[in-house]
Amino acid sequence: MTRRVLPGFGLSLGVTLAWLSLLVLIPLASVFLKAAGLGIAGVWEIWSDPRVASALRLSFFAALIAAAFNAVTGTLVAWVLVRYRFPGRRLLDAIIDLPFALPTAVAGIALTALYAGNGWIGRWLEPLGAKVAYTPVGIVVALVFIGLPFVVRSVQPVLSESDRALEEAAATLGSSRFNAIVRVVLPAIAPAILTGFALAFARAVGEYGSVIFIAGNLPNVSEIAPLLIVIRLEEFDYRGATAIATAMLLLAFAMLLAIHALQAFTARHRRAGQ
Amino acid sequence: MNPGRRDRIATPAIGEPAIVRWLLIAFVVAFLAVFLLMPLALVFTEAFAQGWRVFAEAIADPDALASIKLTLLLAAICVPLNLIFGIAAAWAIARFEFPGKSWLNALIDLPLSVSPVVSGLCFVLVFGAQGWLGPWLAGHGIKIIFALPGIMLATLFVTLPFVARELIPLMQSQGSDEELAALGLGASGWRTFFRVTLPNVRWGLLYGVLLCNARAMGEFGAVSVVSGHIRGLTNTMPLHVEILYNEYSFTAAFAVASLLALLALVTLALKTLLEWRGSHSPRRAAH
Repeated sequence: MTRRVLPGFGLSLGVTLAWLSLLVLIPLASVFLKAAGLGIAGVWEIWSDPRVASALRLSFFAALIAAAFNAVTGTLVAWVLVRYRFPGRRLLDAIIDLPFALPTAVAGIALTALYAGNGWIGRWLEPLGAKVAYTPVGIVVALVFIGLPFVVRSVQPVLSESDRALEEAAATLGSSRFNAIVRVVLPAIAPAILTGFALAFARAVGEYGSVIFIAGNLPNVSEIAPLLIVIRLEEFDYRGATAIATAMLLLAFAMLLAIHALQAFTARHRRAGQ
Repeated sequence: MNPGRRDRIATPAIGEPAIVRWLLIAFVVAFLAVFLLMPLALVFTEAFAQGWRVFAEAIADPDALASIKLTLLLAAICVPLNLIFGIAAAWAIARFEFPGKSWLNALIDLPLSVSPVVSGLCFVLVFGAQGWLGPWLAGHGIKIIFALPGIMLATLFVTLPFVARELIPLMQSQGSDEELAALGLGASGWRTFFRVTLPNVRWGLLYGVLLCNARAMGEFGAVSVVSGHIRGLTNTMPLHVEILYNEYSFTAAFAVASLLALLALVTLALKTLLEWRGSHSPRRAAH
């Protein structure tokens, strides 16, 4: 192993640990410390407040629905971009990352203007009785926008590396194309889809900027958990803000562990498959 | 992957019926057009809805200019700092074995999974008036929250992973043979780093800097919590967009937003260019 032959181990590790501790670990620990001061009973009391509970529920389920939607559409997008050739493909491929690059506030006001009653899309949906802006549906739309690249970028590399000989073998063995896709292709890309789903979900649960403009922010109806943290902070209710943040951090940690397990699993499988 | 090989894959021996293929393509193109291209087009259309003059006035507004300056200043501070961190982290993780390495690697990703609002909140809890250090800071007349240092800390937090994320896998895949050779030939550690390591990872580095910069300029949630929204003073561009929008100055809001959208487009274009150079493996798993 190259251990200690190269110089700079102490310096680089020192800088890394110091920076990480000062910027991330100590500040995050302060949230848990503050929550510990409230006690389990105190935190639980804040969580069970109807407004808080419904905000947490909304953030969780809106993120879940958006991530599930993205898992399906994102996989289709990845499939079309990898397997088919058509004019404009490279442009679309490049634009997939737009939600990563576009500031969330810009996405938020753009989506709101699109889906409002007089917007480019809203004016067609409203007569059909489908209200999107200022409803929970609008929240899901914003979260779909934010989460799409996670699934596409997870599935794309696996799909382009997947061995088409297996599909050909399935075809020569008399399997229908549909059958081959369900039985051969889908199992191979399933871990990647799941990883993309988890990444999109983790991002969507905590999303703030793109959501607050389109959400309408009605307490108990369309008020997401991050917004409620901001509201509590503006009321100088640091206990309330901390308790809600603790719930979100615990979920974030769980998602992080799940994502790392999934990525390790995918990496192992890809190596084994080569 | 070289384009030649890709084209060969493109003529499949097996495949879906043409009608299915075209339906799928039509669906995906329509979906991406509605979900990605339309919001982008809308920003520019609204920004120029009342003509160039109104657009120019919105940008030349002193508060808008102050927000642009603050945003540029933030990026100029945060990107280099996280670049140094990213290089140090990649050097430690990709070049050495030590206990707890996989945990350290996972910790670097942490800011990506934390809600931006929560990242802002942690700094309020440490440095705010009611925070752990609040009374001490107030006693010494130091202002962090609702001032530039707080905005800087929040931005550093959310942009921390970007450079490290790109460099670690890249340096791991390259291995340290060349560096060992340089050292063996008598080069000093720093010389080896600047003449061997850095040139080898330059495209990945640039890629990470690009993403880091886009996020530093565009961050909204974390900055919003610690900024205090003081016009002309602690308002970054995204925060200024929000204020204008909430005041129903839509054209002005979209004018400032269009600058940020332009930044996103430039970022995407450069990113695509970097991927086409081939030195950087395209389409790694998102994040």
